[in-house]
Formats: sequence, C-alpha cells, structure tokens
Amino acid sequence: MVNLEYQRATTVADAIRLGAEPGSAFIGGGTNLIDLMKGGVANPRRLIDVSALPLAAIAPLPGGGLRIGAMARNSDVANDRLVRERYPLLSQALLAGASPQLRNMATVGGNLMQRTRCYYFYDTAFDACNKRRPGSGCAARDGHNRIHAVLGASEQCVATQPSDMNVALAALRATVVVQGRSGERRIPMQDFHRLPGDSPHIDTTLGADELIVAVDLPANAFAPHSHYLKIRDRASYAFALVSVAAALEMRDGVVQDAGLVLGGVAHKPWRVVAAEQALIGKPLGPDTIAAVSRSVLQGARPLEHNAFKIPLADQAIARALRIAGGLT
Amino acid sequence: MDDRDANNGISRRTVLQSASGSAALCAAGVTAQQAEPAMPAAPAEPSATVRSVALRINGRGYTLKLEPRVTLLDAIREQAGLYGTKKGCDRGQCGACTVLVNGRRINACLTLAVMHEGADITTIEGLGTPQALHPMQQAFVENDAFQCGYCTPGQICSAVAMLGEHRNGHPSAASTDLRAPMAALSDEEIRERMSGNLCRCGAYTNIVAAVRSVAAPSRS
Repeated sequence: MVNLEYQRATTVADAIRLGAEPGSAFIGGGTNLIDLMKGGVANPRRLIDVSALPLAAIAPLPGGGLRIGAMARNSDVANDRLVRERYPLLSQALLAGASPQLRNMATVGGNLMQRTRCYYFYDTAFDACNKRRPGSGCAARDGHNRIHAVLGASEQCVATQPSDMNVALAALRATVVVQGRSGERRIPMQDFHRLPGDSPHIDTTLGADELIVAVDLPANAFAPHSHYLKIRDRASYAFALVSVAAALEMRDGVVQDAGLVLGGVAHKPWRVVAAEQALIGKPLGPDTIAAVSRSVLQGARPLEHNAFKIPLADQAIARALRIAGGLT
Repeated sequence: MDDRDANNGISRRTVLQSASGSAALCAAGVTAQQAEPAMPAAPAEPSATVRSVALRINGRGYTLKLEPRVTLLDAIREQAGLYGTKKGCDRGQCGACTVLVNGRRINACLTLAVMHEGADITTIEGLGTPQALHPMQQAFVENDAFQCGYCTPGQICSAVAMLGEHRNGHPSAASTDLRAPMAALSDEEIRERMSGNLCRCGAYTNIVAAVRSVAAPSRS
C-alpha cells in the first residue's frame, strides 16, 4: 500500500469539502477500500475518515418509514429492533453477507459503494479491465467468467454488483440521501447503481462532491411476507452467485404489492418493475410465478462459464416467492 | 497456544527475529526500539505523514509513531509487540487477525490503526494468561480445538465476542425468525456465527465443541 495522508472529518460539510479534492477518498469501515488499496487497485492520495461523523442513527421517519444513517454499521442495522420488525428482508440480506467481523466494520454508505469482485478487476497482473483502466479491454468476457453478469452487461464490462444489502434495499424501494456542495439530493435505489455501458469505471450516480448521509426506507406492509434467498458456493461467508429479494404484501392469498430484485447477475440490483406489477392482483400460483420469472430474466445472455445462472435464477425466483408468500 | 510468545525464554519468535525476521522489520522501517512501546520510537526514515497515535491495548496505553497506512494488525504486532494476533491472509478473508475493539470483533487487517485512536482494543493476550486462562482458552485446550494453532487466537477472540452477541439477542443467518426472541445456541448457529474464522487444519468439529462447552456447559 502506498503512503498517503489521513484526515478525520468532523462535520458533513468538512467531509464534502475535503472529499471533493482530487486524490481524496472517503473511508468508512474500510473493509473494501483497504483491500483494494493493498492490491493496488485503489490508490487514493488522501483518506477522509467519515466513520466518526454523527450519521449512525437508525430512527423512524415522520409518517412511517425509517432512516438509516450512512455510518451505521451493517451489524447494527441487521440487529436493530425496528429493522427486524418492519424490514426483516434487510436484516436477512445483511446477515447473509460477509462475516460477523466484517459486518461489525462495514457501513451502510460503504456497502452501497462496494465495488465488484470480478477477479480481473481485483488483480493488477491483468492489464485488461475497463473498470480499473478505462479503454484497456475486458479480460473477463473471454476469460474465467463463472461469477459474472448475465443481464445488463456491455461489451466493455460483465462485472456484477456484489452487495446483498443493495438487493434488499432495491426491493424495499429505498432512497439514498446524499449531500453535496449544492445541498441535498435524494436518489431512488433503482437509479443509484448504473449499468456499465461504455463507462464501466463509474459504478454509481453519486457525484464527486457528494457524500451519502442516509438511506430512507418507506413505510410498507412487506414484513410478514418477505424473503432473501442467497445461492453461493459454500454455506456461509461467500458472495452470491444468484440472490433474490422477494417482498410481498398479501391479502386473502392475493398479492397487493410486490418487490422482486435479483442480485449477483448484473452491474446493479436487477429490478424489473413490470414483473413486480405482474404479480399484483393475482394469487401466487405456479403459472404467475413462472411468468414473472420469465419477465425478470428476459434478455439474459450467458457467457462461456455462467450459463447455469439463468436456470438457477429462475428457480431461485420461484423459491423465494413461494417462501415469501408462505407457500412452502 | 501462545505460551511460547508470552514466555521470556528462547521462543520461535526470538529465533525468527534474529534471522530473516529482523531484516524484514528493518525494511519496513521498524526498529527494535519501536517494538518496545515504552522506549522512544525513532523511525529509520522520517516520513512527513508519521504521526503519534495513542492506542489502548489490553488496558495499557501505547503511543505509537506510525504512518496512516499502517493497519491495526501491523501496529499491534510490529509496533506494540503483541504477536498473539496473527496475520493470515491480510485481506479480510480468514479471521486470523480478529481482535475486539470496544468489545466488538473486527478484522484488524482491514482497518487502519490511526482510525482507532482512543479505542479499547483487546487481543488474545488480554483475555487470559498462561497461568490464568480465559474460559474459552481453557475450552479450546480441553477440546483439542486446534492443530497447528495459527488461527486459534482469532478463533478465541471471535468466539468470546460471539457469545456476547448471542446473549444480547443478535440474530444470525441461521436464525429462522428474526422477529422472534433468540433461541439457544445450536451447533448450526455456532458454525454460522463462527464462519468468519477459517481453520486450514479443519479443526472445526472440536472448535464447535469448545464453543458449545462455554456457551452451554450442561450440554457437554
């Protein structure tokens, strides 16, 4: 790791000012950034420590809903009484990710900014990675691409977003609250992460002078009928090959509202609004589930080594919906 | 266990340090004086970013001179001279470096020492001594919960914090209902909650038994 400067921000305004300077990077829990710095993938000249900012509270919003401070640790969010009561899907997703030690460190803001786990992005021995070095090519497209994207990928990048938390936040229709020099901005979770297109080095729509300060969860009635299903190579402490966040509001066996998002398959949490709407007003039968799954996976294109993800996702969607709906 | 490190006699560490280990330490700008926190520290090559960082480790105050890029793990081992905490992968994948910061278990390899100014840090040396082992250390000995022992300090620190988390009602991915009160610690729960600590010798069965014996003595 190259030497660098370190500064602890004492106020949000302070952090935004320092963070906007070239070569600066925010550090929260550090679990991803320090790893990337050790590998020479991230090379900030100055770290702005935002972990001590007063942004760790989890508190109800007026009119229902919940605000989670950006510096709340992943374990504190997963353990929080209100989160477990009202948004158990979020607790489940957080507890499915990383290890207890890492969850004790990682922040909500940092998790939103988590970078891909593509082997070629992580290993500087490979020259070609458009995400790491724009214009250098993509070694994964014709390389070892078992963990890579089957949806929304581009010629330039087939990386996936690795976070579990982000998948649940998308299903719960969270809003990312950011602050910049020109004030506050509210970004719907759906628009926070972007598809790679021809600029895969940009993961999110966060501005260079902006700091994530909170995540707002709207009030909903998903708590009794939600499920986070994570499929991975070992039972714990591994990234998802495919994951599904399923959230349903049910009345008399009929779906009133639905959130359905896939993880591990694209550059962002994969949400197809039309598929969610196709569930509404129907009982959760096999035909409905099959049609919804087809709609979510429409346009899926496998690479050489990840074709298994498409039937896996199809079956994971069905299982997550059945568990969420109380059918199994 | 770590008796060898704690004893003053000839140890594996002494031998290593007098040979190639000392070369590596010098290359990293760490002098023998820096390894002794009571002595004034003098970096071999002054760096503009070196700063004084006060850490509280196992109840004792340390004032270390270090660059911001120094991880908490390297500060604990190379500067505070506490070698019980182990460096395995150094990338947050194995848990060998697990220490407690303000009672919470974390990976010391993925955080910077400078970020923990004023924090209360507990390493394996702070849990017990060879003469008075912590109950978890005792349980690892009694259950033969290790083979090479390299992951053991991290396993024990992790297990001690894990029991506290369970006592405080924190759920895990093995908990079936997040909205129900916490059930007793099943073996499945122990395995899930200890999944951040890898053991390449594969001593998992006995590690689970050791943790279980401390969590619920009547079941063992």
